[in-house]
Amino acid sequence: MFVLENIKYKNILDISELVIPQGKVTCLVGESGSGKTTLLKHLNKMISPDEGKINYRDKDIGSFNPVDLRREVIMLPQNPVIFPGSIRENLLTGLNFAEKSIPGDEELYDVLKSLKLNKGLEEDAAVLSGGEKQRLAICRIMLMLPEVLLLDEPTSALDDETEEIAIKEVISKVRMNGKTVVLVTHSAEIAERFGEIIIKIRDGQVVNRKEAKLNHE
Amino acid sequence: MNDIVEIEWWRLVAAYAFLVIVLIITWKQGIGREKEIFISALRMTVQLLVMGYVLVAVFDINHFLLSLGVLGLMELFAIYNVYQRIKVKISRKLKTVIAFSMLLGTGLPILYFLIVVINIEPWWEAQYLIPIAGMLIGNSMTGIALGAERLVNGMRAQKDTVEGALMLGATPYIASRPVVNGAFNAATMPVINSMMGMGIVFLPGMMTGQILSGVSPLVAIEYQIAIMLGLLGSVSLTVFTLMHFGYKTFFNQDAQLVDMD
Repeated sequence: MFVLENIKYKNILDISELVIPQGKVTCLVGESGSGKTTLLKHLNKMISPDEGKINYRDKDIGSFNPVDLRREVIMLPQNPVIFPGSIRENLLTGLNFAEKSIPGDEELYDVLKSLKLNKGLEEDAAVLSGGEKQRLAICRIMLMLPEVLLLDEPTSALDDETEEIAIKEVISKVRMNGKTVVLVTHSAEIAERFGEIIIKIRDGQVVNRKEAKLNHE
Repeated sequence: MNDIVEIEWWRLVAAYAFLVIVLIITWKQGIGREKEIFISALRMTVQLLVMGYVLVAVFDINHFLLSLGVLGLMELFAIYNVYQRIKVKISRKLKTVIAFSMLLGTGLPILYFLIVVINIEPWWEAQYLIPIAGMLIGNSMTGIALGAERLVNGMRAQKDTVEGALMLGATPYIASRPVVNGAFNAATMPVINSMMGMGIVFLPGMMTGQILSGVSPLVAIEYQIAIMLGLLGSVSLTVFTLMHFGYKTFFNQDAQLVDMD
């Protein structure tokens, strides 16, 4: 799905070659400041490399309209962005941005319930806790169901149990629909459990890439 | 109406008693702004005296090129003043947008006001062009300075929200709309508020001046209503133009936020 060749960005990234396959869960692991988020931002053109080439679906990513690309390759940042308004408005923001059809209330409640977010659609999103906001942001992108999901430590504010539920839900939905996930995590355990490909980044370089045997679905 | 009562020079000097009282109060209270107040009063006096003599000459000559030259100088001074007033760092692209917005946003309303509303022949008649352009340019200058500062601060403060919207597939226009709308509201609020209180809370300067110089209050009010609508149009068009082109200066051709530091 993505092929990166000789990517250099400031002093943060220096990747000679990297392949991220379609329809799989790829985990990027590494310490804080190793360049994981910067790499993720290259995949939906939030950042362009200083040098090198990125191919998406066998075409140079530079040739894609950035807005069209981001409607296919959605990124969820580590600190979730909650827009002013209700939970419903926040759930629908992404679909509105991407000019996609709006689901009914039942579907909205279903996605909230799947992430154990038992809230009313009209409640003010601003008053949610950090963990609830993170789950709301995950719900938002689950409704969008893009071709590629770029998840940047999406569960950092959640406890272990909720984290597992959230990641399982996202990944099962993505797998069911044959989509691709690139998950940034600093947790080797999460990567081992959910990643089909695990890429280790250190000082902006790929130091290891392995295909993992999955213990859990 | 009675003829205007001319202020004798020594009575004008007597008006400086207000300045002296303020200087004494600020000195006694230890506020420490005596120098600033004195300099601003001095500047006001000198600037207005010079302007008075310049206007007398310009009105006497009343030539198309001279009127246009004065208008150009006013625009240049206003644009320079906007750059000076904005306390945050702004990009060269945004400076260009500010200059363009001032020229377009004030130029069209000035022409419309003189040709359609007042309907004077020729439209560049200095006695009308200069004071009306002064009011429109002055108010638009305040509005655009406020709007540009709010736009820059808003884009900085809400960088994560704007970027978050881009990541969800929003266009730069949609992603920056909350910031742009907030800046537009802040910039046009003073002129909207002044319309609210006009005639009840205060009598505006132009109308007061006309009444003092012997014009019927009804005629003065006609002018005031027209000029307020002109101000609303001019400030709004200037700020709208700024917002329409200004938000684009925060993004590159790949719809990425540019470095604002």
